[in-house]
Amino acid sequence: MEQKQALFNYLLRLGDNAAILGHRLSEWCGHGPELEEDIAIINTALDLLGHARSLYTYAGEVEGKGRDEDDIAYLRIEREYRNALICELPNGHYGDTIARQFLFDQFNYLLFSELVNSTDETVAAIAAKAIKEIRYHLRRSTEWTLRLGDGTEESHNRVQQSFHDVWMYTGDLFVQDESDKAVIEAGIGPDLTLLYPVWQDKVKEVLKEATLEMPENGWMQSGSKQGRHTEHFGYILSELQYMQRAYPGCEW
Amino acid sequence: MNEKELWNLLDEVMDPEIPVLSLVDLGVVREAKLANGNPEITITPTYSGCPAMKVMEEDIEAVLQGAGFDEYRIKTVLSPAWTTDWITEKGRKALQEYGIAPPEQATSDKNVLLGHPKEVTCPHCKSRQTKMLSQFGSTPCKALYQCNDCKEPFDYFKCI
Ligand SMILES: [Zn+2]
Repeated sequence: MEQKQALFNYLLRLGDNAAILGHRLSEWCGHGPELEEDIAIINTALDLLGHARSLYTYAGEVEGKGRDEDDIAYLRIEREYRNALICELPNGHYGDTIARQFLFDQFNYLLFSELVNSTDETVAAIAAKAIKEIRYHLRRSTEWTLRLGDGTEESHNRVQQSFHDVWMYTGDLFVQDESDKAVIEAGIGPDLTLLYPVWQDKVKEVLKEATLEMPENGWMQSGSKQGRHTEHFGYILSELQYMQRAYPGCEW
Repeated sequence: MNEKELWNLLDEVMDPEIPVLSLVDLGVVREAKLANGNPEITITPTYSGCPAMKVMEEDIEAVLQGAGFDEYRIKTVLSPAWTTDWITEKGRKALQEYGIAPPEQATSDKNVLLGHPKEVTCPHCKSRQTKMLSQFGSTPCKALYQCNDCKEPFDYFKCI
């Protein structure tokens, strides 16, 4: 595969993870369980949108077809989005959101810690900026996992169920294809198979402290790297793209 | 105008969300040069998704235009990543007086080593007996604290 195409695919996936999860989190705006939490979750959403913007801008430059970050964010069809499936899952109750967030944050933290050393200067610069923010995200979702898991019987049972429900989407985070291989070879991004055991250990450690059971690896969902989504994705797009579809090229 | 005067001019541009802190004191202005008499300004965002960046850029443009410059360049860079260590002493004082606890500098606070929130001084009564309510405050760059002595809540400009 051509190097440029591989890098473009890679940037798109990173950008889509951030944009779609950021959009999901933004749905909590005004609905958080308490004011401080409402603010915290929206701040996290904002950070993620910031990462998406930088990554899309760069993806557009690499592609060289004159697309800017808005074209990439708003004017693609469903199969062209490459976010990990876990990012598009519905928010559910707060425990569901926290379980999804903690598992993703842990992944994102390990990934961006490596991207800081990317041989691609722009990727390294975006990562160096983002990792500072992701560190806060992870700290917060870890604290909430502990609070809910080691909280009341009700919160414990419910968040335990959340972790069981979301587990089958975690395998998809670590799937690699031709683009990943090209990116790894060029030293632009890390080999996810090396990150996987670290991710597993960290998750296990926190779940244990939270008195939660680590779900067992059973059948895993996959397909995000080919643009195959869950049934929830179309609804996100219809909301996300409404303005650009109704008023093409509109700007604030 | 020389470069020193250009810096002084930029020091008049305030952060849109913390109007007592100039963009120079905040460390957002990384470079200010004159190329053939035309300003070339380099800025960097505090946070990746900082919604104030656009406003900052426009405010800088307004000040440059006000000083009679027609041609100028404002460039945004991500690297090196902004850190709270770049907030100047004057900026830290301005934050404190405004009621926002400035970022704690290199610390001997053992809480941090143990992964607990930092000890932060209350900007109202100077008490060290404060607690963190939330890691995220009114803007991404702040955390929300409360003073155990005077009971006032306050923003803490968190370290990144
Ligand atoms: Zn006080």
